[in-house]
Amino acid sequence: MVSIDIETEDGQKEALRRMMLIRSFDDTAGTLFADGEIPGFVHLYIGEEGVGVGACAALEPDDYITSTHRGHGHCIAKGLEPQSMMAELYGKRDGYCNGKGGSMHIADVDAGMLGANGIVGAGPPLATGAALSAAQKDEDRVALAFFGDGAVAQGQVHEAINLAATWDLPAIFLVENNQFGEGTPVEKQHNLENLSETAEAYDIPGFTIDGMDITAVYEAVQEARERARNGDGPTFIEADTYRFRGHFEGDQQPYREDDDIQEWQSRCPIDSFASRLVDAGVMTDDEVESLRAEVDEEIAAAAEYAQNADEPDPTEAYDDMYAVSVPELTMFAGRSVRADGGSPTNTDQ
Amino acid sequence: MSTTSQTQNLTLVQAVRDGLYTEMSADEDVIVMGEDVGKNGGVFRATEGLWEEFGDDRVIDTPLAESGIVGTAVGMAAYGLKPVPEMQFSGFMYPAFDQIVSHVARLRNRSRGRFTCPMVIRAPYGGGIRAPEHHSESKEAFYAHEAGLKVVIPSTPHDTKGLLISAIRDPDPVIFLEPKLIYRAFRGDVPEAEYTVPIGEAVTRREGSDVSVFTYGAMSRPTMEAAEELAEEGVDCEVIDLRTISPLDRDAIISSFKKTGRAVVVNEAPKTGSIAAEITAIVQEEALLYQEAPVKRVSGFDVPYPLYALEDYYLPNAARIKEGIMETVEF
Repeated sequence: MVSIDIETEDGQKEALRRMMLIRSFDDTAGTLFADGEIPGFVHLYIGEEGVGVGACAALEPDDYITSTHRGHGHCIAKGLEPQSMMAELYGKRDGYCNGKGGSMHIADVDAGMLGANGIVGAGPPLATGAALSAAQKDEDRVALAFFGDGAVAQGQVHEAINLAATWDLPAIFLVENNQFGEGTPVEKQHNLENLSETAEAYDIPGFTIDGMDITAVYEAVQEARERARNGDGPTFIEADTYRFRGHFEGDQQPYREDDDIQEWQSRCPIDSFASRLVDAGVMTDDEVESLRAEVDEEIAAAAEYAQNADEPDPTEAYDDMYAVSVPELTMFAGRSVRADGGSPTNTDQ
Repeated sequence: MSTTSQTQNLTLVQAVRDGLYTEMSADEDVIVMGEDVGKNGGVFRATEGLWEEFGDDRVIDTPLAESGIVGTAVGMAAYGLKPVPEMQFSGFMYPAFDQIVSHVARLRNRSRGRFTCPMVIRAPYGGGIRAPEHHSESKEAFYAHEAGLKVVIPSTPHDTKGLLISAIRDPDPVIFLEPKLIYRAFRGDVPEAEYTVPIGEAVTRREGSDVSVFTYGAMSRPTMEAAEELAEEGVDCEVIDLRTISPLDRDAIISSFKKTGRAVVVNEAPKTGSIAAEITAIVQEEALLYQEAPVKRVSGFDVPYPLYALEDYYLPNAARIKEGIMETVEF
């Protein structure tokens, strides 16, 4: 049973809502980051919503995904709650990782979300392992790895695909080709016309699809999932898409032209899907707009929640290092806070 | 060190760029390579303008492939080029760790000197920028633990340029870690001309007689702040900026310790197994009878580098450094 059946009208509306939720979440995260509210770095998924939502809709709720540094969209597509995600971006205790992971490391065991990942190309090996686990335990689960075009240059990505292909594992390798690996165009990083040709080297099916079209992504992943659960091994899918924002917020983007951005923006996955639903009589324009307003309200509430949430206690830095703590950590934790609430003391460190 | 009357007032990251520019101008075998180092000028702008000046062949934009970048640099170095690969963050170096340990460090010894591997692997390191884990950690001890590598960590614009030029000219591989917290924190006078600062030589930033405080990188500033504050309270600290952590300047460490009999090491790495432990061992081995107090380590803790809410508790600051020094002085 797919997570969102976009053959039905309810499913179509839900898919649209999810994409809008991602857009609104990342728009808000970008603004909050610019205002100095969110620490560290944020990498926005704006423009690529059709890939995340289309793929996760076609997966079953129990399936696994791995994500990237640009992972907010994958999280929402897989059903994670914006409120706890926003708290995580703020480094707050109520975040998915108790404020320890931040934007680039959101994970949720219950949702089958093995984690966003600050290291380019680090997700696919984990997906191969999750798929091996599902196969060994004879579970009807597949593992889908989202990764970028930049990651296709990383050795560990190829090691992961080779293992999954050789062992016929229920894995799906989904490249989001957003045309740039950080600040360098894809054609300057790869010798292939289509990255899906990579599949030939591993003798698995490979397809390049329109990542701006949620339906195309949904269908491709649904077929790949079918193959995986039938024991026919992994599939390599390249979804052509575009990053509307910089590699990271604050990126000056000297590497691309305004015309290119505008051309891709005219193919916005949310607007194009919304107009198709309006044309088909599934929704009216007014309904689309009120859905957008509803989503914006939900995200604004999530941001407010995160702003007001509690920060972790300093001693929590030492939690969850080992199942059973070690003497050094117990010692650090016991002495990590000064009586006056300032920085930790050195006494008997 | 050569000197010149012409100086510029540069930030630390500008001094990196100036050092690269100077050596690339002087030696056409010097090649800068890495992720977004060309047209984009590097994520921290350390290579700004080099691509325009030296072109595609000398400033190479690579795919995102750290293992491939460093592995390729090994072959380049073995056959006559002087690669200066940039790792975008030191936390992104681990895919290249195999190449660094298995080949960069060992090629000379393994080939009994027939091959050498002169390269400089540059990477921004360290915390204080509100990002967790890979983007902020200090894992210099990994590289100091591997014989065959030199590990350099400057703390001023002047030293940055001089040490970088030394590193590029060095016949052996150098891991050059740049404290990104102070990339733009202040400016300093940097000669326009070429000059070198020797690798393996510490510098005394403040002479004192009560206690020796050893530090490096971004921790040099809060350490100096602590020392100046303590001077007003009647404690005379000697502050030694190590500048190179492999090979360590053992003479400087031992002679300062023999003078004061007390030592504090300040760094932001996790405490266990860090370079502070090595300095502690050196003074124990070489100057035990001069010792007046236990060696104090003011450091990070044994956890992954935390996100911002906990960062202030993790990173040593002047107050913590002062406390560590006083504990040693009052022992």
